Amino acid sequence: MAVTRGATALAASVGLTDADLVEMYRLVALARAVDERMWILNRAGRIPFVISGQGHEGAQVGIAMAFEKGHDWIAPFYRSIATCLTFGMSARDIMTAQYATASDPSSGGRQMPGHYGSREHNLVSVSSPVATQLLHAVGIALAAKIRKTGQVAMTSMGEGSSNQGDVHEGLNFAAIHKLPFVFVVENNGYAISVPAAMEVSVADVADRAAGYGIPGVVVDGVDVLGCYAAARDAVARARAGDGPTLIEAKVTRLTAHSSDDQQTKYRSEEELTSERERDPLPRFREQLRDGGVLTDEIEERIGAELKAAVDDATDYAEAEPDPDPATAMRYVYAVDPDEPALS
Amino acid sequence: MPTRTFIDAIRETLAGEMRRDESVIVLGEDVGKKGGVFLATDGLWAEFGEERVIDTPLTESMIVGASIGAAVNGLRPVAEIQFADFIHPAFNQIVSEAARMRYRSNNGYGVPMTIRAPYGGGVHGALYHSQSVEAFFTHVPGLKVVIPSTPYDARGLLRASIRDDDPVLFFEHKKMYRSVRGEVPDTDYVIPLGKAAVTHPGSQVTVVAYGLMAHYALEAADRVAEDGISVEVIDLRTLRPLDRETVLDSVRKTGKCLIVYEDNKFGGYGAEVAAIVAEEAFDYLDGPVTRIAGPEVPGVPYNHVLEDWFMVDPEKIAEGIRKLAAY
Repeated sequence: MAVTRGATALAASVGLTDADLVEMYRLVALARAVDERMWILNRAGRIPFVISGQGHEGAQVGIAMAFEKGHDWIAPFYRSIATCLTFGMSARDIMTAQYATASDPSSGGRQMPGHYGSREHNLVSVSSPVATQLLHAVGIALAAKIRKTGQVAMTSMGEGSSNQGDVHEGLNFAAIHKLPFVFVVENNGYAISVPAAMEVSVADVADRAAGYGIPGVVVDGVDVLGCYAAARDAVARARAGDGPTLIEAKVTRLTAHSSDDQQTKYRSEEELTSERERDPLPRFREQLRDGGVLTDEIEERIGAELKAAVDDATDYAEAEPDPDPATAMRYVYAVDPDEPALS
Repeated sequence: MPTRTFIDAIRETLAGEMRRDESVIVLGEDVGKKGGVFLATDGLWAEFGEERVIDTPLTESMIVGASIGAAVNGLRPVAEIQFADFIHPAFNQIVSEAARMRYRSNNGYGVPMTIRAPYGGGVHGALYHSQSVEAFFTHVPGLKVVIPSTPYDARGLLRASIRDDDPVLFFEHKKMYRSVRGEVPDTDYVIPLGKAAVTHPGSQVTVVAYGLMAHYALEAADRVAEDGISVEVIDLRTLRPLDRETVLDSVRKTGKCLIVYEDNKFGGYGAEVAAIVAEEAFDYLDGPVTRIAGPEVPGVPYNHVLEDWFMVDPEKIAEGIRKLAAY
């Protein structure tokens, strides 16, 4: 990332190349395209459930780009489609999870969609109880420190989840031991239906960092490069042995909580309309066009690539077989249950 | 062969595993300089340093949750929960996370982690320093649950637990820490998880027990021998996975089965053993499958008279055996 060859002033302002910015744009747009396809498939009756990351993609790509793929670790959450794509998962990987196919790399069709994970890409398997993953990331950071691997661990969650006791326990421990850990709160203003004012006692979750003696940074989640810069600083701090950072990205939730939620019941039309202004995708596109990074030609190429990738992922996942019930007893333990040692 | 107390066997085994494998770390409350409230980790901090023997804040969920993460990233954590009574804040991390990680990731991730915790009553610990919590965890696929009763077994089973690639709950009866001694060879032996032991052969009644109750069952067997009753005692050692065959083989021979556990009876671990015996050895039974267990109160009361009332003891077991033998 330190290379600045082929850098416009915009790219140079965050120490990236134009190619990096184009890649970031591709990832934001890919996450959106996959996500939109998921909703269409759900409404068409092809997949039973969708949980979405729309509105979070800019912050997710910006932040995840600051980590070293295949070396650092991320414990993601159920909206982390863009995070997982940035860290190496493919559109096929995400789509096979929607169809719960045998080949779904996250869980082989065992988990609900949204519960991504990949050993290959250092993405920890997601569960449904919220905020539990923070402690896993803290433990990964502890192991990194003990084993002297130079790795940094990140976890992300919404502001609603950030109220869980595990967050307090984990931040306290990570701060005491100056662990190489970055905590990202993607604050979209809602815990399903409950607005942030009813779930968080302060305006910024980042204020809570002071209670642990660590930096708490607020970034605009629409500002992809601002998110990248904040994460880059946090990663540098973590890698230098100076301990954890809390980054709060203010994002918007462009969809209902999930395909089983009707958000017009608790959000007004005016609010939903004005929140669309905070869509990171068009904002990032404009920024990159204004900065001379994105041209018609590049946009056209990326658009065509994304359409092909999403069509391919959908066709692929549609055709992939379901898991065989004969395999459902596998992997309860490291040794299969039909081994004589286990009854 | 050298004899050791139960707790010495545990402490020396922890030290031995830490010497053998540098990925083994110990973490928990007061496990460092103090060496644990029972001194199960005494000396580890001095030998291995604060990086591998970590005094944690009073945060049981963190102790387990961070151990899961550390296990995912290449370590073999041995977490100590100071008393089994305080394991409940970590229930979500144990049951929702550690137990399911391998299954839910389709074998992408495993959690090689051991959680040690002292359990059990009879030590004036009252409601919150006496609990038997094994039934909460034996219910859960993905977990292994071990309860040793001798220093020899404690060493062999703790080695197996730490070297296992899945999460193991290792419960130690605190009354046995210094009251139980036994021979422990200095060899690197391992007792495989899931293997029960017949600790007293007999022909008329099978008694199934674990932990402190495995000792009391032996005492009871001696008492009823004076009445001419021949008892076979089985020490389960591992509760999950259960060694069904050893239990069923014995019951098929004796025709009678008494299960002893310290926890309150309703929904306790012994209920599962009773159900398995009823399902799989019905044709061999010559009497009702019976349980001797704790009373239905939500904890062990403190006053010694009340505590004695609560605790299963050798005489209560002997009475149960006599009744079943006479059936």
